Amino acid sequence: MFTLKPIAACASMLTIAPAALAQVPQFGQPIAPADIAAWDISIGPDGAGLPPSRGTAIEGEAIYVAKCQACHGEKGINPSVALSGALVGGMGTLAPDKTPIKTVGSYWPYATTLFDYTRRAMPFQESKSLTADEIYAVSAYILNLNGIIGSNDVMDAQSLPKVRMPNQDGFIPFPRNPK
Amino acid sequence: MFRKTHTEPVDPAAGNGILSRRIFLEGAVVVGATGAGLSRGSAEPLTVQPWMKVPGAGFAGYGQPSPFESKVVKVFPPPPNPPGVGASRTPLHMLEGMITPSGLHFERSHSGVPEIDPDQHRLVIHGLVKRPLVFTVEALSRYPMQSRIAFIECGGNSLALNAPQAQPLNVAATHGLMGCSEWTGVRLSTLLDEAGIEPEARWVIAEGADAAAMSRSIPLTKAMDDALLCLYQNGERVRPSNGYPVRLLLPGFEGNMNVKWLRRLKLTAGPAMTKDETSKYTILLKNEKAWQFVFPMEVKSVITRPSPGLALRGPGFYEISGLAWSGNGSIRQVDVSADGGRSWAPAALQGPILPKAPVRFRAAWQWNGGPAVLQSRATDEMGMVQPTRAQFANERGLRGIYHYNAIASWRIDEKGEASNVYA
Ligand code: HEC
Repeated sequence: MFTLKPIAACASMLTIAPAALAQVPQFGQPIAPADIAAWDISIGPDGAGLPPSRGTAIEGEAIYVAKCQACHGEKGINPSVALSGALVGGMGTLAPDKTPIKTVGSYWPYATTLFDYTRRAMPFQESKSLTADEIYAVSAYILNLNGIIGSNDVMDAQSLPKVRMPNQDGFIPFPRNPK
Repeated sequence: MFRKTHTEPVDPAAGNGILSRRIFLEGAVVVGATGAGLSRGSAEPLTVQPWMKVPGAGFAGYGQPSPFESKVVKVFPPPPNPPGVGASRTPLHMLEGMITPSGLHFERSHSGVPEIDPDQHRLVIHGLVKRPLVFTVEALSRYPMQSRIAFIECGGNSLALNAPQAQPLNVAATHGLMGCSEWTGVRLSTLLDEAGIEPEARWVIAEGADAAAMSRSIPLTKAMDDALLCLYQNGERVRPSNGYPVRLLLPGFEGNMNVKWLRRLKLTAGPAMTKDETSKYTILLKNEKAWQFVFPMEVKSVITRPSPGLALRGPGFYEISGLAWSGNGSIRQVDVSADGGRSWAPAALQGPILPKAPVRFRAAWQWNGGPAVLQSRATDEMGMVQPTRAQFANERGLRGIYHYNAIASWRIDEKGEASNVYA
């Protein structure tokens, strides 16, 4: 094995460095925040990003029956499509030694996730087709089936983030993440 | 140069026939080892085959494997699932080396593989940045690029090994949600610097352009460290099933976070708590709590040959071959056992040994024809040792589904058949 000795060439490398820095490429095109709006579908757990509009469980039932039930089952309990998952039930099944049934009601920490996910991905065959009213309403319906809100409770940008999910405190950080 | 051949016998290194790795390191010979029970009678007389007598096929625009290799394919469950939900698995037991051919790289998608016109694709960086920016694929292609060989492993790989009873599964089924490519693209830090990061930013929400708009929150520290926006996979443009025209690579991190078909990066102060970082990819422990944001795929290995479906053909010499990897860095050591973990010997590691890339390991084994349980156990550069199934279950239980990295066991019976067991 050889060890390279520091050599005078370093000095000449330093002299070309500033010119190289000046040429850092910049190929991104600026865009105004308003022009990103149609793409910006992320919703934070604090409700940031939730659109205006509103809906209740009573209004959501018809949407669920028409657009969700075929895969997720009647009242969200018995999914008929593999991997689609039960949306309702499973309360208490996270307890030690039980077989967990993880649903929106038993497992999800934030109600905002239900709006976010339904808006971006459901119904499976025609995602991004529901109106904001419909998404609030169907979310309210699923929360109501889980016994978390009442059937006339209005879900909107203010109330949805305030819904306290039963398993909100169920999550802890992984102890071995890289710093 | 002549290769020096050692003719002294290779020493046993561990119980039940595991031999010293000197055979790989020095080219030593195993004296007395025979061609695995095949009769050593004379070979048939050689004849000239028909393909030597007429010209072969002409050229093809894109090469295909030999038709005789048609069984080497990804495996996935048949319908009735909605198309594109679920995963297809890499047949690791039929492959060698460290690189996964692009067409055999596993895929996990949440709403199918979108067919994206690269000219119409856009990547936007926004949120807590000074200058929101849009990039075309053509613009991304103009930045200085970087290549690295890295594995991607689905967080759900090996979940079948959580089952209380060992199932009759092969390596594709147990470990086939891991693949390795040479990825080439632009450092994410370059683009985030161009956009100008606001001081309050801590997370980057990454989102795909698939019908599920699959989305994950990534710590800004990782984005600025070694994250790569990949345009190329094994020298050609990234395959559609792996994120064409641009995917995120977060070396060593849970597969699901390596967002495919990347269209949006939003810098935020906190995580978005998306469905795939709350409902899914969280690890329910023995108590009622669940680990959330489990980033690294921890140290793991698997013997790919012999393995279920690849029967031994009589007593004799066999190479034990497998893969070891760690999301926390390089593999330092792999040990193998033929007696279910009672005794171990170090395997030979085949270079290059790269951080967050799989290493091919090899061990020499003289099978005596009796029962055996083959295991491999990897150690990474952090000193983390792959746990036994009992140690794994002791820490977190077996309800967690994701990030299963315990030692796998293949039992060899007297007929030479291998099967998945818990040992
Ligand atoms: C054609 C079948 C189908 C229809 C219709 C459908 N879904 Fe789904 N749904 C799925 C599949 C499949 C998944 C799992 C996707 C994945 O793997 O990421 C899913 C996942 C979900 C989840 C996440 C479940 C979990 O536990 O993580 C929610 C919530 C959901 N759907 C809500 C809805 C709503 C609301 C509707 C109606 C507006 C709907 N779905 C219509 C198939 C369907």
